[in-house]
Amino acid sequence: MATGQVIRSEWTKIRSVASTVWTLSLAVVVTIALGMLISLLSKNEFDNMDRADQLSFDPTFISFAGMSLGQLAMIVFGVLVVSNEYSTGMIRTSLAAVPQRGSFLFSKITVATGLALLVGLVTSFVTFFLGQAMLGEHGAYIGDEGVLRAVIGGGLYMTLIAMFSMGVAAMLRSPMLSLGILMPFFFLVSNILGNVPATKKIGRYLPDQAGSKIMQVVTPVDNDTPYGPWGGLGIMMLWVIAALAGGFVVLKRRDA
Amino acid sequence: MIEAVGLTKRYGDKTAVYNLSFQVRPGSVTGFLGPNGSGKSTTMRMILGLDNPSSGQVTIGGYPYRKLPNAPRQVGALLDAKAVHGGRTARNHLLSLAQLSGIPDRRVDEVLGVVGLQDVARKRSKGFSLGMGQRLGIAAALLGDPQVLLFDEPVNGLDPEGILWVRNLMKSLAAEGRTVFVSSHLMSEMALTADHLIVIGRGQLLADMSVQDFIAANSAGFARVRTPDTEPQLREKLSTALAEAGGHVLPEQDGALRVTGLPLPRISDIAHETDVRLWELSPHQASLEEAYMRMTQGAVDYRSTVDQKAGLQQPLPPGAQPQMPVPGQGQPGWYAPPPPQQGGQPFAMPQGQPGQPAQPSGPPQGPYGAPVAPAAAPNPYAQPAPAAPAVDTTKPKDAR
Repeated sequence: MATGQVIRSEWTKIRSVASTVWTLSLAVVVTIALGMLISLLSKNEFDNMDRADQLSFDPTFISFAGMSLGQLAMIVFGVLVVSNEYSTGMIRTSLAAVPQRGSFLFSKITVATGLALLVGLVTSFVTFFLGQAMLGEHGAYIGDEGVLRAVIGGGLYMTLIAMFSMGVAAMLRSPMLSLGILMPFFFLVSNILGNVPATKKIGRYLPDQAGSKIMQVVTPVDNDTPYGPWGGLGIMMLWVIAALAGGFVVLKRRDA
Repeated sequence: MIEAVGLTKRYGDKTAVYNLSFQVRPGSVTGFLGPNGSGKSTTMRMILGLDNPSSGQVTIGGYPYRKLPNAPRQVGALLDAKAVHGGRTARNHLLSLAQLSGIPDRRVDEVLGVVGLQDVARKRSKGFSLGMGQRLGIAAALLGDPQVLLFDEPVNGLDPEGILWVRNLMKSLAAEGRTVFVSSHLMSEMALTADHLIVIGRGQLLADMSVQDFIAANSAGFARVRTPDTEPQLREKLSTALAEAGGHVLPEQDGALRVTGLPLPRISDIAHETDVRLWELSPHQASLEEAYMRMTQGAVDYRSTVDQKAGLQQPLPPGAQPQMPVPGQGQPGWYAPPPPQQGGQPFAMPQGQPGQPAQPSGPPQGPYGAPVAPAAAPNPYAQPAPAAPAVDTTKPKDAR
């Protein structure tokens, strides 16, 4: 069976359900709106900051502040794309039609990833430009060193978060279980681990913390992170590969 | 052709299917029967490669399903009518399946027309009734114009028009030389649709034979003889004479006699010789349902008990009669009598005998025209029986 056919079919599936539109537009709106809001607040607060904070002020990173919430919608998108098949029972129809399970999962993830990448990149650029407009005189320019990398990286980050969620959902199968683990993890656990000094060294190897380094242009003053922006994205990719491999093994082995 | 060899599936220490071997041949409708939880759906899923057998194997046209080249063009299946994403329209659901196997988009509109869903093609399937869901599932199975078709409970939830349509569809698919494998709980429907039966109970094969053989092997027809109610001595006289002639006579509750082992003309002759008038002499052919019930009696996992309604019983209003039990059901003799001997002709009845109700010739010889439960027979002489017949046997036989 030609992979092109499966991809075409997966595209029909993904465009024909409302959850795709809702989750992706929520990701776009939340990321942009929250980014603009925080950029505006930061601009007004800039003069009250102390010297160290002003030196490590990262206008690019500030404009991506909305991603901490926007990524949650991306997670929901990733989870639903995969686990919808299980919660509706559609998986049996799908796998009866595509007995080659690897090809089924690969096509599904390819289509969803392509869509997430497109939405992620657009969101990232729009967020950056609107955020810089809010920051005004403190803003950065796209031509500044490292800024373009950070903006493209923001799109990649959103894509990788969605892919990680797809892998987890393929392993766990249930949308409730997947969201129940992923949402608190990225919203709370990761932040707590990353900010408590005792666990900070472990926390920074978590997918979101490592991956978000790509959006940083100005290195903080007291930085002791042992990897750079691309290194961080690499760590996140390893997480994604692990999750997808796990999902593939589960799909291959278990009864549908 | 579907072929299972030693198919076994275990879930932990529970064995769902054990050592199942059978063949489903092209050109006929093969019914797949068994009580709830007997492993029918598990077997269907293993055929489609959704579940891995613990041991043994099942192949379609010689290939295990997962190795089958372009499977959706060769095999179509309806497993679960609700196995669709409710937020997707019927057309998009089918479109996504069609695109998988390179089926042109216009085929989607064709099958939507075939199953009668063209008017709701662009409606989300979550608003569909069970019957509409079944139609959508059948449309999906027909999409690739496959040679092998599997249907799990296809008539579930369908209206009478839909049931008739599915019946004709199955038969015409088989007549085109395709392999059609259908599971159902509706025995009356199976009797009309299937040519061949595979019966399982507790995951093991109970029978693999034609419908006629199955009925003959598991249940016998009988003759009902009624003598004048006013003269009980005639009944005794006839009983004795019939028994002497080699018949097996069972008294029925309403005073009739149930006779096996003697052809109808012989019973009539004996009655004439012994000078006994008859009020009724009627042939009763065992139905698939009776035969099925007899065979699977020992293999039923989920059996209902009498609802005692302890503590819930409302006092009957004055003058009200307690509900009579449905006649026949749960009483001795509810099942048709067993066949007299293995391989023996259960009820020797020369074909074309006058007095026998006209039966359409050729398979499948349905149970229609032959009532299932004794008291369900329209009997002008019997005392007024409670209205509800035990089983719905009143479907007109010309419904096909």
